[in-house]
Amino acid sequence: MSESTEPMLVSQGLTQAYLSGGRSLTVLNNITFTLERGGFLAIVGPSGSGKTTLLGLLAGLDRPSAGEVILDGHKLSGMTEDERATLRSRKVGFVFQSFHLIPTLTARENVQVPLELRSEPAEERAQDLLNRVGLGDRSHHYPSQLSGGEQQRVALARAFASRPQILFADEPTGNLDAKNGAAIIELMMELNREWGTTLVLVTHDRDLAGRARRMLRLADGQVVEDVTYP
Amino acid sequence: MNLGFVFKLAWRESRAARRRLALLVASVAAGVAALVAINGFTENLRTSVAQQAKALLGADIAISSRKPLPEKITRLVDTLTRADSTGSKAGAHAQVTSFAGMAYVPRTAGVRLVQVKAIEAGYPFYGTIVTAPANRWSGLAGGGRVIVDPTLLTALNATIGDTLALGDARFVIDATVSNIPGDIGVATSIGPRVFLSASDLAATNLIKFGSRVEYEIFLTLPDPGRSQAIADKRRPGLRAEHIGIRTVEDDRQDLTDTLTRLGHYLGLVALVALLLGGLGVASATHLFIRRKLDTIAVLRCLGATAGQVFLAYLVQALAMGALGSLIGAALGLGIQQLLPLVFRDLLPVDVRIAVSPQAVAIGVTLGIWVAFVFALIPLLGVRRVSPLETLRRTDEPGPGRSDPLTWAAFALMAASVVGLAAIQVRNLRDGAVFAGGVGVVVLVLWLASLGLIAALRKWFPSRLPYLWRQGLANLYRPANQTGTVVLALGFGAFLLATVFLVQHNLLREFRVGNAGGGARPNLMFFDIQPDQAGGVSALIAESGHPASAPVAIVPMRIAILKGKPVVPDSTPRDTTEQEPQRGGRNRGGPGGRRPPGGWAIRREYRTTYRDSLTDSETLVLGQWWKGPRGDGPARVSIEQDLATELGVTVGDEIVWDVQGTNIPSRVANLRTVDWGRFQTNFFVVFESGVLEKAPQMLVTLARVDSAAARGRLQRRIAERFPNVAAIDLSQVQEAIESVLSKATLAVRFLALFSLAAGTIVLVGAVTTARLQRLREGVLLKTLGATRAQVLRILVAEYVALGLLSAAVAIVLSAGAGWALAKWVFESRFDLPVAALSGLTALLVLVTLLVGLWSSAEVLKRPPLEILRSDT
Repeated sequence: MSESTEPMLVSQGLTQAYLSGGRSLTVLNNITFTLERGGFLAIVGPSGSGKTTLLGLLAGLDRPSAGEVILDGHKLSGMTEDERATLRSRKVGFVFQSFHLIPTLTARENVQVPLELRSEPAEERAQDLLNRVGLGDRSHHYPSQLSGGEQQRVALARAFASRPQILFADEPTGNLDAKNGAAIIELMMELNREWGTTLVLVTHDRDLAGRARRMLRLADGQVVEDVTYP
Repeated sequence: MNLGFVFKLAWRESRAARRRLALLVASVAAGVAALVAINGFTENLRTSVAQQAKALLGADIAISSRKPLPEKITRLVDTLTRADSTGSKAGAHAQVTSFAGMAYVPRTAGVRLVQVKAIEAGYPFYGTIVTAPANRWSGLAGGGRVIVDPTLLTALNATIGDTLALGDARFVIDATVSNIPGDIGVATSIGPRVFLSASDLAATNLIKFGSRVEYEIFLTLPDPGRSQAIADKRRPGLRAEHIGIRTVEDDRQDLTDTLTRLGHYLGLVALVALLLGGLGVASATHLFIRRKLDTIAVLRCLGATAGQVFLAYLVQALAMGALGSLIGAALGLGIQQLLPLVFRDLLPVDVRIAVSPQAVAIGVTLGIWVAFVFALIPLLGVRRVSPLETLRRTDEPGPGRSDPLTWAAFALMAASVVGLAAIQVRNLRDGAVFAGGVGVVVLVLWLASLGLIAALRKWFPSRLPYLWRQGLANLYRPANQTGTVVLALGFGAFLLATVFLVQHNLLREFRVGNAGGGARPNLMFFDIQPDQAGGVSALIAESGHPASAPVAIVPMRIAILKGKPVVPDSTPRDTTEQEPQRGGRNRGGPGGRRPPGGWAIRREYRTTYRDSLTDSETLVLGQWWKGPRGDGPARVSIEQDLATELGVTVGDEIVWDVQGTNIPSRVANLRTVDWGRFQTNFFVVFESGVLEKAPQMLVTLARVDSAAARGRLQRRIAERFPNVAAIDLSQVQEAIESVLSKATLAVRFLALFSLAAGTIVLVGAVTTARLQRLREGVLLKTLGATRAQVLRILVAEYVALGLLSAAVAIVLSAGAGWALAKWVFESRFDLPVAALSGLTALLVLVTLLVGLWSSAEVLKRPPLEILRSDT
């Protein structure tokens, strides 16, 4: 949907190190890759390989020790916390392993949040999206009144509410059973196809990773495999 | 910034948490209620004084003196009341002569010291004196009748229609007084009044040399509007002759100033309740935010800026603060209706209760401000919540000590406490002192709770049974509420205990000072004329009671101080000129901020002469005189505080004007005096051999054990020497206790609000930790604990919390009480252990009940239900 020919996401020599007990602990080491618009990238690897850290850095939730992330042409390193927040509200959607719906808001109000952050008309669109994920009749329910699969569908509707150009997903099926997980994947891919939203997801799920068009395998903070499927 | 989003989020977010936010509302409401009530009442008081001012004085102008009003005053009164050329109506005047005397009812044999007031017809010109039976006041002028305070009838066991003996005259008791404008209820318990016609005064034959008589003439002017100008013009000239002049406006001003200041300072007690409410706000906000960390992280992830999220929660806190303030204001208006009952006997006017928009506005504003300032610090933490938390549960946001905004918020909070107090008392210095005091108490309570936590960690009583250990461990587990609860409960308890200690010590000083052994005098006869002294002593001796030798009293004034003649002061009237309420005891102390000299230089001194110290006196500087003096000035001993005030020390010369004769003296030594004792104490003591020939009257003290015997002796003396007045110590004691208990009632009533605020904070602390409790309790039950065992764990925790709060509060209040006794009331200090233990027990009980009540769910809920529920 963007006219730009720039890549959607660029990671240049991304490195993250922490001081732990007086020793420097390198969590990510020199990660470099480029992701085209509308792409679908799966980041896989064992626990502790740095997947989630990488996702946080790519989405601008954290600052790297070294390297650069360029999101839709914006160098994140030059931006303040609030500027990155504003960038997120305009370009980025999120889906989390534990759904992270706001418990005090109804399903529809949760979906409205990104729109309201941008002062856009929210209710109608939020209802459309809930219809789209099959929860049109649950819009006034609170998260605690929804099952895990339903909550994740609301989260997905919220992620797509502001028509993001890129969606980051952290183990989106990790807390769901196989059936619900598959349904979520189907939805994500549908939306990816329909709106050309770039997908970046971190997963343990081999099936899920197998459906991506590109796979980045991490081990000990380094890319050990970078496969693009035809 | 997108404010629409901020408000929408604030509204939606508060929906699910209203129960928790209700605590925030309640915290603010208690303090605002107390503030609105006391400030509104003070405002009503001002209005009522202004409305009733004319009736308070009963005339346009009053001229008063301790001596019979001289000819020139009579002429002045004539001039002032004469109709002027504009044809206005002539004014009027009426004299009131007041003095102490013994009233005696032959039928019941009751005898009592009274305030005699001889009234000329016409008084009061404004306001109505209500009598029972009605409309008897004007009949007084006919003579032969008296109208008395109802308390006198009770004291004398008399009824209306009885004959009352006053000096050499006999009267019929015609009515009692139901209401006199300007009356202070408790005042009549000290000296009940007897009103009679001025034409009957001479027949009583009561006014003798040395009687303390006040002559007061009340006038109305043809043009009342000029009264203030006239009074201000005449005042300097009259003052030189020790004659006072005052107007309706003077009285109104004095009374308004005094009552308003009193109201404002009482408001400080209410302010403490509001500040404790602030503590409740801070802790409620803190725990609220903790539960919102996930939500905040998600919002940040979705692109909300730190500022937006911060604002959304600030809006919630402010809205709850505003709601709490409004509820508090409504409550306060209700309590305001009750305050006249609390203050009834202390006030000179009938207070008409009305809503004071100003008090409501101030209360609501302060409430919102307190909610804002106290919510600010926990809310600033919101800005530091990283969106990364959505991906990975990191530790909670750092304490943010290095955050300059947090420091700014702390500074703002401290400045606010000073500011709020300064606004309340309209005085920056006192506001700062109050804030400092609050700061010290808060600091000590806080340190004590930290100390308890540290001590429990270090020396955990591992030999205690498991249930007690588990309960105590709750006090120091992560996210415990120990500090908050100790602070909140402790402050309320501290206030109550301090008020109690002050009252206890003031009363005790009086009781102990006068109880000791059977030898201490408890009956004082005064106004004895020199030729009656032998007779009075003989009568006492005949009755078989021990008595002191009569002590002579010689009235005098200072004529020349250290070579400087005392010129009558002609500076404009100021409040420092007024006679101190309690015999000048506290003058020169840190409480008295009067300029040196002033009243002390111009007042009348009642002096005695003797050659030894009494047991209530201690020499502090110089030598007591021995042997006959030479030709030099008389040697005198001066009380230490008075010497400081007069600026004299050993060796300085003072010339005294004794009834027109100048008598030079030299200060030989300085003494301290224990004024609390019931005996004849003097600021100035002459050596003997100087004043024997001066006009004087005498005082004799006696010890009579039974009340009946005291009555008999007073009666015999009243029959033989009607002008001799007697003070019964037990009556004085009753009067003092009645005044003190009524005054402290008001303070205690307001202090209760701070305890209420503390309890709300306790409820909040317990409720916010409720989920954790529920889980623990359920876990324990799942593991096989019975309800009784879970209950005992809770009991252990709350008993420990209550005990700590009470113990620290009482130690603190003992310190404060001691400091007040030493520096403000200048009395000895005593710790009533039994009463304080009772207070401690009460506080522990309250803590326990509130704790258990709030935790009831822990006991009730079945295990499964809670393991399932997620929120």
